[in-house]
Amino acid sequence: MSLSLIKNYVLTKELATKIDLILAAHENDGSQLVGILLDIQELIPNHYIPEEIAYYLAEKLDVKITNIYDCITFYSSLSTTPRAKYPIQICNSIVCKVNQNDTIFTTLKELLGIDLNEVTYDGRFTLESVTCFGACDMAPAVRINGKVYGYLTNKAKIENLLSELI
Amino acid sequence: MSKTVRFITKNFGKYDVSSIGSYMECGGFDALKKAITLSGEEIAAIVAEAKIKGRGGAAYDMGRKLAQAKSVIAEKKVVICNADEGEPCTFKDRMLLENDPFNLIESMIIAGYTVDAEDGYIYLREEYCHLRPLLLNAIRQARTYGFLGTNILGKGFNFEIHLYSGAGAYVCGEGTALIESIEGKAGRPRMKPPFIKQCGLYNRPTCVNNVESLSLLSHILLDENKEYQTYGMGDSIGTKLISVAGNVKNPGVFEIPFGTTVREIVYDLAGGIDGDRPIRLLQFGGASGKIASSKILDTPYTYEDLKRSGVTVGSGAILIIDDRTSLIEFLQSTQEFFSHESCGQCTPCREGNRHMKLFLQKLADGTHTEKDIASMKKIAKLMAMSSLCGLGETAQSALVSAINQFEDVFHVKSSEVQG
Repeated sequence: MSLSLIKNYVLTKELATKIDLILAAHENDGSQLVGILLDIQELIPNHYIPEEIAYYLAEKLDVKITNIYDCITFYSSLSTTPRAKYPIQICNSIVCKVNQNDTIFTTLKELLGIDLNEVTYDGRFTLESVTCFGACDMAPAVRINGKVYGYLTNKAKIENLLSELI
Repeated sequence: MSKTVRFITKNFGKYDVSSIGSYMECGGFDALKKAITLSGEEIAAIVAEAKIKGRGGAAYDMGRKLAQAKSVIAEKKVVICNADEGEPCTFKDRMLLENDPFNLIESMIIAGYTVDAEDGYIYLREEYCHLRPLLLNAIRQARTYGFLGTNILGKGFNFEIHLYSGAGAYVCGEGTALIESIEGKAGRPRMKPPFIKQCGLYNRPTCVNNVESLSLLSHILLDENKEYQTYGMGDSIGTKLISVAGNVKNPGVFEIPFGTTVREIVYDLAGGIDGDRPIRLLQFGGASGKIASSKILDTPYTYEDLKRSGVTVGSGAILIIDDRTSLIEFLQSTQEFFSHESCGQCTPCREGNRHMKLFLQKLADGTHTEKDIASMKKIAKLMAMSSLCGLGETAQSALVSAINQFEDVFHVKSSEVQG
């Protein structure tokens, strides 16, 4: 399913209040932009920064919109486009590679019926190939919303993992 | 049978990592109490005597760094803990943060006291965000107990620690890029000079140290009997955390005395190779590290011996790959990493990485020529000499050492030799 079919996000009053709370927790300090963006991204169901919110931040923090987008596009953990409820980040670095991470790539593509960076029809999962997140002792590993799942050496373990994520 | 040591890791499993009371019961904050009876210069001298080198990868003499930071005359100095641990195959700092978070807090306060800093920042990579609550709790409890704030332990010393998060950028492990990130910008490295010890975070004098380097501070200060100096070999005194992974049966973090041989590390500590297969190569220090063949197995793990064998300690990572992966597959994977992580600012790194990727594909397809190999060597040298930061400088370390150690892989078949 193509990402362009997902509707643009609307900045509701409720969401704006939550964002204001995050800004307050960061002392409304523009230099804490990276942390602010990460916290806001966690609020959004599909884990990304909608355009409306980027402009809202620019106004509230008195930071140029170009600086906001410079940050979002620079850092791998931040996204300008909607991802999914459970973005499955598969490690593509050498330790996981030599521990047969291709099993994870092929199994997930097969089970979910999507390719890398595509989203399942229900918006639940997307597949992302990411660099090492320090779980090398549990290779091959994936990371989903900040939680690491390691030792994914066969199809059964991967199916098990998916069934946990509702 | 080789052994591991419990000097840096002595607190692991000894206390409840969410409780400052539990930490203090096993000697927590004794090092800080000792530190404030000494001067900054004295503390730097103790560190220098133990010949501690920075453990993030650059191996700069830590005692010298602290002494230099102390000598800068300025208000509002800063100390930073670099917890960005982005080097692939490196997860030793993760172990320290998970198992001894209070030690890091205590050591940062000691570092702040040593160099006369008012503010400490911990820059924790986003991929370790599950450790944020642990660290925030430790900071909060330290403040409650008066180890942070104003007039700490009645010495007129003020210090605060702020926890910042990375957002998925390997280049932010570089000191100036890290600082740019804390300042709320994209993490692009700065031109040096000016050096961050004079002009760093918000243009203030800044001292950046790795998690492991800092965690040593409290242990060394309490080491009255100089137990640390009884370990090691030659100029590589003491112990080191290494993270061993890849095709080994027992990957993990081990604290070893310097001088343990690579063979002992791979076969005794890490349990040997999966399926007892032959080793293809070993890489020391993460993706930016040089590689070696199994000839290095009998080399002692010390700064000097590894250097003589053509590799470096680097981040303390040791990657072992068996014969199921080819050298070229390994090199292409490494190149993918650097192509992705290059910030793109400087031409040597941005264009160099781009072209190296194309050359490596030719190598993989078997369509490379002698001229291509010569170009690869030239570009690698150019990147090492003229990149803006350490990422560009070390991106081709693996490739250059591969050309030295495995030259037959790069030979051009005679029918394809062209001018």
